[in-house]
Amino acid sequence: MTATDTTAAATAGTEPVLRLEDLGVTFSSETGDVPAVRGVSLHVRPGETLALVGESGSGKSTVALASIGLLPDNARASGRALLGSTDLVTDVVTASERDLAALRGRAVSMVFQEPATALDPLTRIGAQIAEVVRNHRQIPAKEAGVLAVDLLRRVGIPDPERRARAFPFELSGGQRQRVVIAMAIANDPELLIADEPTTALDVTVQAEILDLLRRLAVESGTGVLLVTHNMGVVADFADRVAVMLQGRIVETGPVEDVLLRPEHEYTRRLLAAVPRLAVAGSPAVPGASDAAARPGAGSGEEAGQASGQASGQESGEGSGAVAAEVPRPRYGTRARSANPARDSGTDGERVVDLRDVSVVYGRRTGAVRALDGVSLHVRPGETVGLVGESGSGKSTAARVALGLIRPTAGTVTLFGSDLRRTRARARRSLRAGIGVVLQDPVASLDARMTVQECVAEPLRVHRRGMSAKDRQEHVAELLERVRLPRAYAQRAPRELSGGQRQRVSLARALALAPRLLVADEPTSALDVSVQEAVLEVISELQEELGFACLFVSHDLAVVQHFAERVVVMRAGRIEEQGGTMDTLLHPGTDYTRRLLAAVPVPDPVRQRQRRTARQAAAAGTGPAAGTAAGTGATA
Amino acid sequence: MSAAVQSGRPAGGTGPSAGAGTGGPGISGLRLAVRRFSRNRLAVIGLAVVVLFFLFCFAGPLVWSTDQTHTALTHANLGPSGAHWLGTDAVGHDELGRLMYGGKVSLVVGLAAGVLATVIGTLWGAAAGYAGGWIDAVMMRVVDAGIAIPALFILLVISAIATPGVWGLILILGLVSWLVPSRLVRAETLTLKNRDYVHTLRAIGGTHTRAIGRHILPNSVSTVVVAATFQVADAILLVAYVSYLGLGLQPPKTDWGGMLSAGLSATYSGRWWLIVPPGLAVILVVCAFNAIGDGLRDAFDVRGRG
Repeated sequence: MTATDTTAAATAGTEPVLRLEDLGVTFSSETGDVPAVRGVSLHVRPGETLALVGESGSGKSTVALASIGLLPDNARASGRALLGSTDLVTDVVTASERDLAALRGRAVSMVFQEPATALDPLTRIGAQIAEVVRNHRQIPAKEAGVLAVDLLRRVGIPDPERRARAFPFELSGGQRQRVVIAMAIANDPELLIADEPTTALDVTVQAEILDLLRRLAVESGTGVLLVTHNMGVVADFADRVAVMLQGRIVETGPVEDVLLRPEHEYTRRLLAAVPRLAVAGSPAVPGASDAAARPGAGSGEEAGQASGQASGQESGEGSGAVAAEVPRPRYGTRARSANPARDSGTDGERVVDLRDVSVVYGRRTGAVRALDGVSLHVRPGETVGLVGESGSGKSTAARVALGLIRPTAGTVTLFGSDLRRTRARARRSLRAGIGVVLQDPVASLDARMTVQECVAEPLRVHRRGMSAKDRQEHVAELLERVRLPRAYAQRAPRELSGGQRQRVSLARALALAPRLLVADEPTSALDVSVQEAVLEVISELQEELGFACLFVSHDLAVVQHFAERVVVMRAGRIEEQGGTMDTLLHPGTDYTRRLLAAVPVPDPVRQRQRRTARQAAAAGTGPAAGTAAGTGATA
Repeated sequence: MSAAVQSGRPAGGTGPSAGAGTGGPGISGLRLAVRRFSRNRLAVIGLAVVVLFFLFCFAGPLVWSTDQTHTALTHANLGPSGAHWLGTDAVGHDELGRLMYGGKVSLVVGLAAGVLATVIGTLWGAAAGYAGGWIDAVMMRVVDAGIAIPALFILLVISAIATPGVWGLILILGLVSWLVPSRLVRAETLTLKNRDYVHTLRAIGGTHTRAIGRHILPNSVSTVVVAATFQVADAILLVAYVSYLGLGLQPPKTDWGGMLSAGLSATYSGRWWLIVPPGLAVILVVCAFNAIGDGLRDAFDVRGRG
């Protein structure tokens, strides 16, 4: 570990701009002292990007905050954090607040995750940038204003003279993050700390922001400390990687080494859990070692136990050419082959059917079309992935299917009954056939209930006659189904981790043996390894119980592995839909193609090729970004 | 699949303890709340004061037994002495005993009226917030209108029409002071009804009653408890107002407000023992309840009163 470190240092040549030596951070909380960072040593050289990766709670953000001296009041730091390269080196750990204030923004600056809250909503952006400039340089306001416009131009804001007079709410999320970056580089810092700078952004915007950061770092020789949980972002951007686990660095090295030839057991596990996006033309499934693509055989009898209808057509149908590219179905054992015949075939039974549904908020000029003529359906036993960027209406569509949002126009048919034509009581009993798992593991469970009460809630609603003892037994069985110990029934949700909570949600969703599971970003708030476990449980139970699943996600890689059919949404409309392998390998629309090209893959070599292809496509040289990225990816 | 279970485990181990201080396993939310409450020194003092006053009023007469029904004019207007520590009033009642007797009424009426007001306000606010739309608008305009009329004015009008007993006083005070808690609970409900667990319940066909009763009310309990504490303080003060104006309970029944009113005539004759003790008692108890409310607010981490 130290060996690779020194080689990297030798190649870079210059003095590091940040050097952490045996940094430790302990938080004192009401429940006692919690060590968050233990003995972390690392360095960042000018022009170099060091990615600090790890799962939530690993201490990566704390390291970033300690490096700029922004730790909260209840934190104590030990060791040394040396900032600055040649002339003036400051130890952030011991420096006074006054010295730190002089340092921040000039020698080191920070880009936070959420661009919406990083800007003052009542000040024009030009003025905000100028203020940062004038904090450290004695120049007239007018001159600072000119500099601000320059900075906006540098970060790629179109028409910067006019935009400088805009308020933050007039800008999109991506543009706001550009402004935040402009503020961060306003005084040419030696070190830029970026804490999950693209996590709150859509993939296409993320790609642009990463391009921008990379360009700036190269142009000005700024060292970058990038904190992220996204291995794709690491592959796209970092020169070196440090992997953190429980406050310690377990592995450091050049990005190619760590991501392609990880040494530490934890890094390997982390990387194995990352769902990988398969692209057309890639020779084998990425992460080839575990790509033992199983044929569809065998799935028939397993699924058949639970539901006869779903499994019959499954085998044999996938055409040869596609089958070769089919990534291994990660979750569960059923081969989720794309089956166009099933899609276009006879109408058949539909679990849920949205026809020409529109949802409009507000009236007249202020009206917002959240959904615009959306038609989609889910058949028994199948999994439909609903993908799109934020604001595309995918969650709204799911909520319409759940009956939580009443459509302005169009019809929703649930289990063959039109929701509008059924009476309230009948509608209620229809809904017993739905299971729901929503995104936020904290808000999904009532903190005032025990796990037992949470899971038993659907039973209390629909099986009034059930005795307390039966109910308890049923809950215990459900918990075992989602691989939680029976004893967890007596726990409070607060005592569980995010992944465990989502499993409790799943247990609750399955309490009434539903025919349809609606999962709205069920794993987006979870770490990758936990995500993998949760998806696997859903998938296995689906095989066992045969329910259909409407799976909403922004993560194309997850959907690719999880869904048989996919519906791509954009701005309230359906952009395209079809079998997963068809749609996500050979997209029919430009939008899907761009969306796919923007997803960073956790392989630095392939990501570099994909990036070049994407940038070329964006510049107008290549008509099809997806294909270009695909052919490039022969490594 | 075993790998999945394995990889789930480390996160399972670190997750809860990493959750910023809201109690790892072993420390319950309640114990944490008690700890936060006890860190607020004023609140602890307040709690002690309230407990002492309750003991004084309810257990005190067992030790210091006095006749509070019959007048004893031979003993009227005596200053503090060994037999009457706080002297006697104009009709010869022992002032210390009367302080206990009146305190009973003040505390019981205040507590009951405060609780009643909170219950009404909570139900009203939860219903309005949950229903939303025009129902919410109508219900909250009713509250706005109620707040626009001073409570004291209503009390005076009612008292002028009828002479209330203890129960009547509780009812009237409860009915004029539920407005503020209803606003607080409505605000709370607006956020709670959009929690994912409420959505989930509704999606699977749960009833509105269940959503309110099982999710929204239990989760707004901290707001409600804090509001209730302030309501009790307000109610005790209101009882004192009303009685002071001579519109509360009729003698020989009394409360601290009534005692103040009775002692008013003695202001210039130097019989301070008729005014200072009940006045002090009202001030102390009201301050104490407010301090407890502050402490509870810290403990539950609830935002301020409306």
